[in-house]
Amino acid sequence: MSFLLKTLKSTSVANAVNAVGQAQMQAKLLHTTPVCYEIRKLARLRVVDNSDLGKRAMAEGRPPRCIHVYNKRGIGLVGDKVLVAIKGQMKKGILVGLKQKQKPKIPKFDSNNLVLIDDNGTPLGTRIHVPVPTILRTILKEKTQAKGADYTKVLAIASRFI
Amino acid sequence: MMLAPSRLVTPSLLRQTVFTRVVTFSTKAAPKEKEQYSNKQTTNVAPTTYRFIYPEFLPDPKVEWRNPIREKLERLDMIDRRSQIDIPEFYVGSILAVTSSDPHAAGKVSRFVGICIQRERCGLRARFILRNVVDEQGVEVLYEMYDPTIQKIEVLRLEKRLDDHLLYLRDALPEYSTFDTNMEPEVMEDGAPVPVNDIQVRLRPRPWLERWERQNLKGVSNIDEYLTDKRRRTAKEHEKPWEKYDLMKQYRSTIPEEEQKEIYAEVYSQLHQMELQRKRNKRKRSFVKPTKLA
Repeated sequence: MSFLLKTLKSTSVANAVNAVGQAQMQAKLLHTTPVCYEIRKLARLRVVDNSDLGKRAMAEGRPPRCIHVYNKRGIGLVGDKVLVAIKGQMKKGILVGLKQKQKPKIPKFDSNNLVLIDDNGTPLGTRIHVPVPTILRTILKEKTQAKGADYTKVLAIASRFI
Repeated sequence: MMLAPSRLVTPSLLRQTVFTRVVTFSTKAAPKEKEQYSNKQTTNVAPTTYRFIYPEFLPDPKVEWRNPIREKLERLDMIDRRSQIDIPEFYVGSILAVTSSDPHAAGKVSRFVGICIQRERCGLRARFILRNVVDEQGVEVLYEMYDPTIQKIEVLRLEKRLDDHLLYLRDALPEYSTFDTNMEPEVMEDGAPVPVNDIQVRLRPRPWLERWERQNLKGVSNIDEYLTDKRRRTAKEHEKPWEKYDLMKQYRSTIPEEEQKEIYAEVYSQLHQMELQRKRNKRKRSFVKPTKLA
């Protein structure tokens, strides 16, 4: 069992090294900017659920871009709903973890994480493979209204809370 | 002292003179008062290591922000808080576990393990950042040290690193900030010096979050790999080798030693009591009840 795990790990490491090498090659050719700290229009995001669409988009290296933030400020915070352009489609998603500075005790992540949902609030994937802030529980409960979309379904597929 | 030219009368000196004038209001009591003061000094001298163990007791050296009364009240509040929970000695680079009450969590309590990458601010506003990589996702949590919702602060590994902050771990390979959540606290001998971990981390290729090459970092091994000639040149242009000779700058950015002594003498007895209490508790806890084998 442990042997199998080890082999799995080594292959994944090799893949990662390859990916880094490719990224370096690309960085020399393209103009790249660091990850955006603020979720506004055209900010690139990272899909962290296991939905087919999200996985394919991330594997291709074409991460979704935010094209609208559903609040009045136009800047997305944890738990906000956003509209994203992903592989030529428009999908809605919920921000679950940001790179921006947070208040004390609220985790700050190394990437801007997104979970894709449909119009009813049902997530497209079945699992979130990164930790999710616990404050999302309260925020999503508040945002869910009796007759509207039920966003708390996102919490049900989270694997770990921080 | 009063005859000294005006440019030599620093604020601290001025305060001293003001203080003595108030104390020696009655000429009779003056010598007695002086004697007491000298007695106090001989008994209440805090060890010099206190400025590293309890740096948040020193106020911010910025003159506009100084307020002796507020500082004193804050110190009292800090001591009060420290009598409620044990805030151990830790440094940037130590691995901590913080348990805090969290109204959003299922069990109403959340525990986070990570390496302390920054420690800043003074007084009740003192805070630190913990960083860890969980499920291949870098996570950072900022804690306020005197936050009343914090239930427990444990030091899992007490050590220092080569730099004053480890913010570059955000740009380093993830293995350098990955720590096991179920780590057991490492036991250290009493009175042993805090070990310095001289590990040098490897950075990811650029783009980086900051211009690390300009910060004279000791704990990074491969900055030079990713630099272009232009970056190297600009880094050299921005060097300030004369700053270490700038006495005035040093004076403005530090609290003078006499003042530090005064501050630590004020809190020494309580802090020392707490340390002794902690040692006693540790000894109590170190006795492990034998479990039944059968």
